[in-house]
Amino acid sequence: MTPPSWNVIGKPIPQVGSRQKVTGEALYTDDLRIPGTLVGKILRSPHASARIVRLDVSAALALPGVHAIVTGKDAPRPFGVLPISKDEPSMGIDRVRYVGEPVAGIAADDEWIAMEAMKLIHVEYLPTKPIDDAKQALAEVANAADKIHPGTKFGNNLHKMVEQHFGDLPKAFSESFHVAKGHFEYAGISHTFTEPMSAVAHFDRDGRLHIWSATQVPHYLHRAMSEVLGLPMSRIRVIRPNVGGGFGGKSDPFPHEMIASLLTMRCRRPVRITFDREEVFISHHGRHPSEIDVAVGCDKNGRLTGLDIDALIDGGAYGSFGVVTSYYNGVLAQGPYRIDNFKYRGRRAYTNKPMSGAMRGHGAVNTRYALELLFDECAEKVGIDPAEMRIQNALPAYTTTINDFRITSNGVVECIEKVRDASGWKDKRGKLPFGHGIGLACSFYISGSALPIHRTRTPQSTVHIKIDMDGGVTVHSMAAEIGQGSDTVLAQCVAEILGLDVSWIRVKTEDSDLAPIDLGSYSSRVTFMMGNAAIKAAENIREQLRKAACRMAGGEPTDWVFRDAKVINTVDPSKSMTYMEALDEALADNGALIASGWYQSPKLGGAYKGAGAGLSPTYSFGAYITELHVDTETGFVHLDKIWAAHDCGRALNPLAVKSQIIGCVHMGLGQVLMEQWDFNHRSKGNIRNPSLLDYPMLTAKEMPPVDVFIVESDDKEGPFGAKEAGEGPLLPILPSVGNAIYDAIGVRMRELPITPASILRALEAKKKGKS
Amino acid sequence: MSQPPKEVIKFEVNGRTVEVAVRPYDVLLDVLRNELDLIGTKRGCDQGSCGCCAIHMDGRPVLSCLTLAKWAAGKKITTIEGLANPEPHPLQTAFETCGATQCGFCTPGFIMSAKALLDRNAEPDEATIKEHISGNVCRCTGYLQIVEAVQKASEELLEKDRPHDASVVERNRQTHPAGR
Ligand code: FES
Ligand code: FES
Repeated sequence: MTPPSWNVIGKPIPQVGSRQKVTGEALYTDDLRIPGTLVGKILRSPHASARIVRLDVSAALALPGVHAIVTGKDAPRPFGVLPISKDEPSMGIDRVRYVGEPVAGIAADDEWIAMEAMKLIHVEYLPTKPIDDAKQALAEVANAADKIHPGTKFGNNLHKMVEQHFGDLPKAFSESFHVAKGHFEYAGISHTFTEPMSAVAHFDRDGRLHIWSATQVPHYLHRAMSEVLGLPMSRIRVIRPNVGGGFGGKSDPFPHEMIASLLTMRCRRPVRITFDREEVFISHHGRHPSEIDVAVGCDKNGRLTGLDIDALIDGGAYGSFGVVTSYYNGVLAQGPYRIDNFKYRGRRAYTNKPMSGAMRGHGAVNTRYALELLFDECAEKVGIDPAEMRIQNALPAYTTTINDFRITSNGVVECIEKVRDASGWKDKRGKLPFGHGIGLACSFYISGSALPIHRTRTPQSTVHIKIDMDGGVTVHSMAAEIGQGSDTVLAQCVAEILGLDVSWIRVKTEDSDLAPIDLGSYSSRVTFMMGNAAIKAAENIREQLRKAACRMAGGEPTDWVFRDAKVINTVDPSKSMTYMEALDEALADNGALIASGWYQSPKLGGAYKGAGAGLSPTYSFGAYITELHVDTETGFVHLDKIWAAHDCGRALNPLAVKSQIIGCVHMGLGQVLMEQWDFNHRSKGNIRNPSLLDYPMLTAKEMPPVDVFIVESDDKEGPFGAKEAGEGPLLPILPSVGNAIYDAIGVRMRELPITPASILRALEAKKKGKS
Repeated sequence: MSQPPKEVIKFEVNGRTVEVAVRPYDVLLDVLRNELDLIGTKRGCDQGSCGCCAIHMDGRPVLSCLTLAKWAAGKKITTIEGLANPEPHPLQTAFETCGATQCGFCTPGFIMSAKALLDRNAEPDEATIKEHISGNVCRCTGYLQIVEAVQKASEELLEKDRPHDASVVERNRQTHPAGR
């Protein structure tokens, strides 16, 4: 297939806004300087679980320089990103449920005064015994009032349970040649974006609330603020300045956004709350600590027969995205392999810890690790090359899975072939010296959730375009640029349709007063949904310009193509004109050119309970190979090289896709080899490593070379054929490492992170014949 | 408890002399951002563990979150805002074209760290670059394109710095710690 000749699409261009970022001009929330801004601070609970017996702020309020203090009673209405689990108060009321839960907010002239005031707030707690892991949460609780959330329907501290069964799994397993089974455990991990959360709120003299916040979801923030603060949405303006990374960690409305708002509403001065690093770790909503039992069956030819998953995930104190995570741990294992018999149980527990939520690869990452390792075990038992077996089992393009996911474009086989051939897989697998190994794994991920979180008929993404006499194209959307490059996608889509260079496009995606609704940067939805909306809006503008060209030069609207800032007549080139000439005519009886475009996902999916979870208008696929060696003396894993192939439908900007893939590799390598959110039973709900010194991540030195292969399956519904590239590329890296370790030393590591100590223990156990 | 008194200090920042009143515990990062509005220098941790706040003090890279403001007295400070002159420095353009900046929050720190390296070692190899920037955290890019950008900038600078250009010899004399 020859790729279509595009001007802007498919070109590796620098990010829109990158000049500001490299020169230090780019403004992030904490960089805003509004005269008269007060410092906001949050007093936090030192207990994981306690009743608040007394809370007295009078002495603190009397301190000169303190302008306002708010507590939970000032905004008792709980909130949460999902309408089905709005269970988090802005500040603890009567009780606290995790160490670090906000109890009071202070606005003061400066940081010193705020800290002094904090000491003067008198809180009397009655500590109760905390629940510190998910298994403890399963114990029956006699008295509902003693549960972390008394209102839940279970007799213990479970938050959510989902069960699904398709086909006939017991039968399938009983007829299988082999069923590979394993119990897998995963530490919780953190997004660890570099920019700490920050919010500046200002309640102006007209009674309008303005909030600048480092958020991935300005629209959900807008809704939640309206509910918690009791203001109509029209009296709230949400502004999203540059965001220093999110990865899911800024995709909930947060207490500090409510607290800053409550404070400014009390004292009418702008209030800024910027977190320190420890507060980021307490508030990040990272990947759930999980225990997952998985069983994968196959027949004697290596054909998968069935999949059984049972996941128990530790949700921490509140809901966040947890209901979705509860589903995703199971349903996102429905690809890239054909699985006709499937059973899933997912349980999310409440515990007295900071909450877990959505993190890059949401819910799919941990199960994927287990599935891909057990897949390799099946291949070994059958005696077939795991790459070959993956190709044999791959879902075809344009099909439907047993749980009614509609699969469209699918480049997984091409991905496998690319990395297999480039890595020398056939000469290496099983043939490298002891200690050296190579491993393969695949991925499958949503490209946006087809069902919006709120039941509404408003499209999931809307884009407005306005062109005035200067010819510059102003594009409005609330899609949140968080560093992933969505502003660039927006500019590229519009520029391509109008035949302009991206420098003509002015992207305005910050301000809810100006830009139309987009649901936000989560679930890898933005390129697909916003991109489609942008194309629609730009096509509308192009139509208006075509009509103007016809008025000027005659001919049919279909005669014109748009390229290099020219409107070219394909029938009679002498009639061609510049974009500015056509625009001039178009404006003559119009004033300004404006247009709106939108995207709404088609109706998809089955009729069973939970059918909406994991439904997406399209899915991304991928395959990675990792080569590594293990130092059997020290247990250290040394990464030699990664080959990473991802099917993103179409790379609108190959430079950005490559960055996303390498960034995903980095993050996934961290989870598989070192990262963990460190709690133990003695720490009583305190995170033991809430700093970047104690939370280990790969540095530049440890990062191995990565060969990136972009596979373009040209999705029929994607903007210019594109689908997601921001989260799916994280999935295969973890199990490719796990499988490579098996190839190297013959042990399947079932606990993440895989530390040198755990490698040595596994080698020891293997020596004793216990593996 | 009342706050200790302020003391006025004088130093040079991006070629301009400034006087600011600072408390004994104020760190340079706060003074740059809050007193001088040089917000290009970022605070990622305040604990010396992310590198977002890297600046140059008398030509050497330092973490401004771990540097007391009063230590800056009499010193020459360069921040990210002082690099474009007015055209962007080759490191800055290389970060753009190599895809070495995504969210950009880490970027000023990386560029200042890399600049300090190139000032001392005009042609660092890959391992040296990785070693040198390993105190800077980037959670978006996975580092590889950052290393590429530093290599690209180094090549461009070498190209420009052919010794027949006398102004370059002069510049090297001023910026190389060894040349002073
Ligand atoms: S803010 Fe200085 S090193 Fe992180
Ligand atoms: S670009 Fe986001 S942290 Fe480096």
